[in-house]
Amino acid sequence: MSKKIVIIGAGTGGTLTANRLRRMYDRDAAEIVVIDSDDDHLYQPGLLFVPFDLAQPKDIVRSRSEQLNDGIEFRLAEVDRVEFEDNTVYLADGSSIGYDVLVVASGVSLLTDETEGLTGPGWGEKAFDFYTLDGAVALRDALSKFDSGRLVVNTIDMPIKCPVAPLEFCFLADWYFQERGIRSEVEITYVTPLDAAFTKPVAAEHLAGMFEEKEISLEAEFATGRVDAEAGRLISWDEREIPFDLLAAIPLHGGSEFVARSPGLGDDLGFVPTDPNTLQSEAAPNVFAIGDATNLPTSKAGSATHFEGDTLTDNIGRFLDGEKLEGSYDGHVNCFIETGFHKALLIDFNYEVEPLPGRYPSKAGPLPLLRESRLNHLAKLAFQPFYWHALLPGRDMPGVGAQMSMAGKQPVTSEKGDNG
Amino acid sequence: MSTATYAGTPVEVDDEGFMTDPDQWNEQIAEQIAAENEIDQLTERHWMVINYMRESYLEDGSAPSIRTLGKASGVPIKELYQLFPKGPAKRAAKIAGIPKPRGCI
Repeated sequence: MSKKIVIIGAGTGGTLTANRLRRMYDRDAAEIVVIDSDDDHLYQPGLLFVPFDLAQPKDIVRSRSEQLNDGIEFRLAEVDRVEFEDNTVYLADGSSIGYDVLVVASGVSLLTDETEGLTGPGWGEKAFDFYTLDGAVALRDALSKFDSGRLVVNTIDMPIKCPVAPLEFCFLADWYFQERGIRSEVEITYVTPLDAAFTKPVAAEHLAGMFEEKEISLEAEFATGRVDAEAGRLISWDEREIPFDLLAAIPLHGGSEFVARSPGLGDDLGFVPTDPNTLQSEAAPNVFAIGDATNLPTSKAGSATHFEGDTLTDNIGRFLDGEKLEGSYDGHVNCFIETGFHKALLIDFNYEVEPLPGRYPSKAGPLPLLRESRLNHLAKLAFQPFYWHALLPGRDMPGVGAQMSMAGKQPVTSEKGDNG
Repeated sequence: MSTATYAGTPVEVDDEGFMTDPDQWNEQIAEQIAAENEIDQLTERHWMVINYMRESYLEDGSAPSIRTLGKASGVPIKELYQLFPKGPAKRAAKIAGIPKPRGCI
């Protein structure tokens, strides 16, 4: 009998999952439905480049439905809630879709309103985000008119998508103002709730000095309680103040809104408690989750989502066949970190192994780990076509395994991972 | 990585004194770490936070953020700063015997 697999979210995780499953199952063996509330698939790594006029909005958005293979039904709809008792997704328009297997791939929502004052007077004039396309475009326009003063980049609290993006933003800002010949007129400050810019011991050792070299100031252990955007002040819960003339804020993140409306699905922040190795949710055995929507203790990043794809689709197959699931996802993440001036760092890690120095993908590999290089930057730029043409279609990438490999890494005795 | 002795028990700690094995922790250890970090007396409110942190870490594998603590530990954020001055997320993690909150790099 034909099975029905429903996927909520047509971003990175939902799209690659649907395409892989479509290849796994003949059409009469499984019906696959993907639900999303709009048809704009955003290449999220591109958002970092928009404020610096290094990427144009039209170059990083494509149709969601066009990324889905033939034989996958795309439903443009808002999800109201999921009920596990009757295995049904209820839509906001009153209709419903039953499922045999549900995949939650709905990513995160930005809780910009949850920080007092952030979206008050001054929002869109002095204070911006760059995690939305509108925000990144507005910030580009503000940056282009910014000739002097204090630029503050603030991660309001963890977890956030792409935890290195705020650092990359600082590095690119340093480059951008040097290009414009006004770097000495601009102070750049990174404000973080963590106790350092680099918090993993080996990375901290290897990258110590980067902030000083680039003359970026650091305000650590600053938990933003409220923002006075009009006056240009961040105020922490313990009443420290940081002044700014221009703020690039990374707002609080939570899960998708329907998660909170679905009894038993999410945690206090709306993320889906998920087995870190099998990707089965704790909510119900026939509910799985992938990517940013989960509570997995690895980075919220497209790379993690990509590597989860293998495990997820294999385990959906096992579940439908009545077999035991395999816990094959290891927390693997691989990401390029722009450092400005056409260079980038590369890090590769998992739940247990923190970012280490060495070469990637093997000892003779071309890309240096934890070290700035031009080739890493070129690889980052070259990744976008791979994203559309290999990653989303669910094809394997040559030389890049879903599980992390120690080949090429210089091992260092490490404490157990606690990856944000 | 080195060994520290708390409440007569040798435990593994990292360079900053955070315990690396949450299973080695007990309440007497917590009291001694607290005392060494300018918190003389652990009250019932402190324990609510410490116990929540341990449960959360053992369940999810990551140390909770300030906001999660404020939402889910039963203690509002303002009070967290009174209980654990300077940096509640980090300081409470140390007392709770779990690794400090970290980013990915």
